[in-house]
Formats: sequence, C-alpha cells, structure tokens
Amino acid sequence: MPEQNFLSTIYAVARNAFREAVRDRVLYNLIVFVLLLTAAAIFLGELTAGQEARVVTDLGLSATLIFGVFIAIFVGVSLVWKEIEKRTVYSIFAKPVSRSNFIIGKYLGFCVTLLFNTLVMAVGITLALLYVGGTKFIAGVWPAAYLIFLEMTIITAVALVFSSFSTPALSALLTFFVFVIGHFSSSLRDLAQAMGSEAAVVFFNVIYYLLPNFSLFSVISNAAIGQHPPASMLGFATLYAVAYDIILLTLATMIFRRRNFK
Amino acid sequence: MNVVEIEGLSKMYETGFLKKKRNLALDGLDLQVKGGQIFGLLGGNGAGKTTTIKILMSLIFPTAGTARVLGRDAADVAMHSRIGYCPESPYFYDYLTANELMDYFGRLFGLDAAARKRKTDELLTEVGLAEKDRGRQLRKFSKGMLQRVGIAQSLINDPELVFFDEPMSGLDPIGRRDIRDLIAGLRAKGVSVFMSTHILSDTEALCDDVAILRAGRLAASGKLGDLLAKDDAGRSLIVEVQGVKADEIRGTVEFIGGATLEATPDGANITILDESDLDAVLAVIRKAGGRLTRVEPAKLSLEELFVRDTSA
Ligand SMILES: Nc1ncnc2c1ncn2[C@@H]1O[C@H](COP(=O)(O)OP(=O)(O)OP(=O)(O)O)[C@@H](O)[C@H]1O
Ligand SMILES: [Mg+2]
Repeated sequence: MPEQNFLSTIYAVARNAFREAVRDRVLYNLIVFVLLLTAAAIFLGELTAGQEARVVTDLGLSATLIFGVFIAIFVGVSLVWKEIEKRTVYSIFAKPVSRSNFIIGKYLGFCVTLLFNTLVMAVGITLALLYVGGTKFIAGVWPAAYLIFLEMTIITAVALVFSSFSTPALSALLTFFVFVIGHFSSSLRDLAQAMGSEAAVVFFNVIYYLLPNFSLFSVISNAAIGQHPPASMLGFATLYAVAYDIILLTLATMIFRRRNFK
Repeated sequence: MNVVEIEGLSKMYETGFLKKKRNLALDGLDLQVKGGQIFGLLGGNGAGKTTTIKILMSLIFPTAGTARVLGRDAADVAMHSRIGYCPESPYFYDYLTANELMDYFGRLFGLDAAARKRKTDELLTEVGLAEKDRGRQLRKFSKGMLQRVGIAQSLINDPELVFFDEPMSGLDPIGRRDIRDLIAGLRAKGVSVFMSTHILSDTEALCDDVAILRAGRLAASGKLGDLLAKDDAGRSLIVEVQGVKADEIRGTVEFIGGATLEATPDGANITILDESDLDAVLAVIRKAGGRLTRVEPAKLSLEELFVRDTSA
C-alpha cells in the first residue's frame, strides 16, 4: 500500500465535491445571470441615458452577491448533511479518511465551485461594460467580485457549522439570519452607541464580534460610481475571511467528529 | 492472530427529542475473530449485526467496551488502509459512474492512475458488472447492481481484512454464486473475511467460524461444524421412509429405545438414538409396506440452531 498523505485525500474529496456541484447543475444559475445581464445591457440603456455602465455594474454585482449567497446557503447546508442522510459517508469513513479531512475537502471543493461561478459572472459584467462603453468601471468590478467570493466562503462555513447539528431547513434559516445581521452589525453597533443605552451597546458589541462583519466585503455601491478599494483593504478582508473560515471549519469538525452516523 | 477483538461492547441508541427512547442494541458483547478465515456473524433482524460492524468501522461509537481491528483501535484512521467494507444495502454518489466511483475511492488510498484503472477493470469484472453498465451513472443502477459495486469498491486497496454486511442481499442467483465464489477466493488468497448474514445456506457453504447474536448478546460461537454437532451427543440417526402412514406405525416405532417420529407429506422421519436400533425400526417399516429412502446422522440443521439460538 503506498503512503497516503492527507493533502491528496483532501484533494480527492475536493475534486469530487466540485464534480458533484457541476453534475447537480449548480452552475446552471449562470445561464439566468447571463440572460439578466444581457437584457440589462440591451434594454436599460434606452431608459437611462448615460447611466448604462453604472446600472450594469450595480445590477451585475448585486446579482452576483444574491445568486452567490443563495447557492452558498442552500448547497452549503446540504454539503455534508446529504452525505450522512444518504449514507454515502459509510464507505468513505471505512477508508483512511479522517472526518476533518473529509469536511475540509468538501468545503474546499465547493469553494472552488463558488470561485468559478463568481469568475464567470465577473467576466460577464466586464463584457457587458465593454458593450455599453463603461471601461472605467471594470477596475472596480473585479475587487468587488473577489470580496463577494470571500463573503460566500464565510457563509458556506457558517452553513456547514449549523448543518452539523441541525436540519438543513433550520440551518438555512439560521445562516440567512447570520448573513443579514452580519451586513448590519456594524451599523447597529454605531446606532447603539449613538443611543447611549448601556445594554444595547453591550448587546450589539457581542453580535458585532461574534458574527462575521460582512460590511467589510460590500463595495458594490463604490464600484457603481467607478471607485475601487485600496489593496490594503483587500488584504485585510482576505485575512479576516480566512481566519473566520478556519475557526468555523474547526468548530464544524469538532461537532462532526463525535457524530454517530445513523 | 485475532483480526477482530471485541470486549464488553455495548451500544445504547437514544432516539426522540423530548421523550428519549432508549434501545440497547448491543449488551456487553465479547467476540474474538481469528485471521485467515471466513467468519460469519449470524442473528435475526435487529440482533445487532450491523451495529457491531458499524462500531468496528467507527461510524458509530460504543456506549461501553472496546473494539479492536487488526490490533488497532477501531477509530485508528491509518489502519483503515488495510481493510475493506461493504455496507448493508450500499448507496454511493449517484452522480458518478461505476468507473468514476472506483477511481475516486482508489485515490483515497493513494493508488496511482494505472493501478486505479487496473483494479477497477479487474474488480468490476469479478463482481460481474456488465461492461456496458460501468459508464452509467449509479442513480440508474438496480439494487443488485449497487450491491456488486459495493463489493468491488471494498476490495480496491487489496485489503487484509474485509467486512461485508449481508453481501448477498439483493442479488439474483447468478450474482449470489459470483459473490460466493469471490468470497471463497478471498480466503484462498489469505484475506480474512468478516461477514454478517441471515442466509443460512451461504453460511454453511462459506463460513469457518460463526457467532450467533441474540438481542445484542452472544448466543453461541465456534466452528460451524461443532455448533451443528453439539446436540447429537450420541450417534443418533435419522431414518427417512416413504409409503407409510405415519400414525399407523407411530405406536410401534416410539416403543423402540426412545425413537421419535415426525410425519412428512408422504411418509415419516424417524430419529433413533443408537445405530443398534436401526434393524428393529427397519423391520417395522417393512411390515407396514414402507420404503426406506435415506439414513443419515442426525445433525442439527443450521436452521434449527439459528431459530433456537435467536428465539429462546
Ligand atoms: N440508528 C438507530 N437508531 C435507533 N435504533 C437503532 C438504530 N440502528 C439500529 N437500531 C436498533 O438496534 C438494534 C440492532 O439493529 P441492527 O441494525 O444492528 O440489527 P441487524 O442485526 O443488523 O438486523 P438486520 O438483520 O435487520 O439487518 C435494533 O433493535 C434496531 O432497532
Ligand atoms: Mg443489519
């Protein structure tokens, strides 16, 4: 028996997770996206003279976020849960695959799917911008798309944690709450500070530090006015996302390790 | 060397969210399985066979006791490169083809591309999966076809020890023969086999040692032959006759040294406790105009052993 190292195990699991997403037609959302964008580029121009590029950027990136979050939540919650439910984990864990390597592999494989999805969308927006003559917006689209991708990796990890101890429906709901609250947690904290209520400050601080702060990743409105974020911000967001992902995956693994498979 | 060592193994399932229901599936099971042979774990539905195997695969964790495989703790991941497992009614990624599934699993053992291809072809042929089906997605497979794939995938790493949970379930007669031959072939190659089953003919045909589970406890264990011979301490014989009315000869026969008579559709089966009574019994049969069709040593059939040991 050749020596098996954990990296090739993770690679094999990730590779299969990517294939699973493709065969389960996750990428079909791209067709809808492209249709939407094409329609926008063609028809909106007539309504909003001189504003086409702004609208295409705003609409394109918003759709990228919404589609991405939708996929991250729904595929994320079933990523591992489905394997337990359908008992495909039986033959996996009888092989030299640790539970943590399996989770990491599934997660990474799905992140590659999300990356691919986002990449195609960013290309779509770029082409649409070229078509409507909004070349100067392109420099803002790519960093924005990258930040959306980072946000989705966190949402997937959140979904994974919830689904390791609750049902997919409940996990999806909870993950959606985290997504919404995560977008407003910094505004809520500021609001609480302004109100000056001691209890509210403490409460919203806890939420702010416990839940991911997604406002770090939202630059859609900036991109829509032709701005692009500084490299330092991208760097910080990357570190923040990776740290969050690692913590969440560790948590999911700790729960998953003790599970009895029915 | 023992390939499986189980000591004081208990498993309590807890179900229900608010009102917890407890179910003791294994109750202090002790079991040692020797290597180089085919071991059969027998027992009726719900006796705890699957539970035992799942603990050995560390898919579930015991409530008490220990389980060791190939001298290592069942949860030792590295040890898993030396074993194989085909679950009960296996289910695999239905978006993969049989070839792709084998390839994926081969990767999990670190096999290179050439070895994966070779083992895939070899094993899928051995389990009798038609060539035209190998490139089809598993979602289109029948139960028996999945069972064959399940057996094939469990052998991709040339394991020293394989676990089969009801390997014959869902198979047609040809499939059963194929898998029976395959399991016998494994033993010939020096591979140890641990299989659960309630199909008695397969047990008789394949298993060296067996253990019988009843309600999560060991009801009996040992060489199959010894278990079957256990009760006919003397030299009891069964005399099968035809062409007589059982009730007409019952009185006379049962007068002979503790012989017992059991009616059959066209005659009777007479059990005598000693060969020396045979002549007397034959005389009675001849007189009644019956025909002797068979005389054989009274071995407990596995059916009887099984029923007795699982229902008592
Ligand atoms: N996931 C589970 N949750 C609750 N109880 C379970 C679970 N799995 C098995 N049991 C119970 O444990 C006992 C043993 O079940 P097990 O599946 O080990 O039996 P078995 O011998 O494999 O039976 P069969 O021949 O039907 O496959 C049964 O009473 C069963 O109801
Ligand atoms: Mg079973």
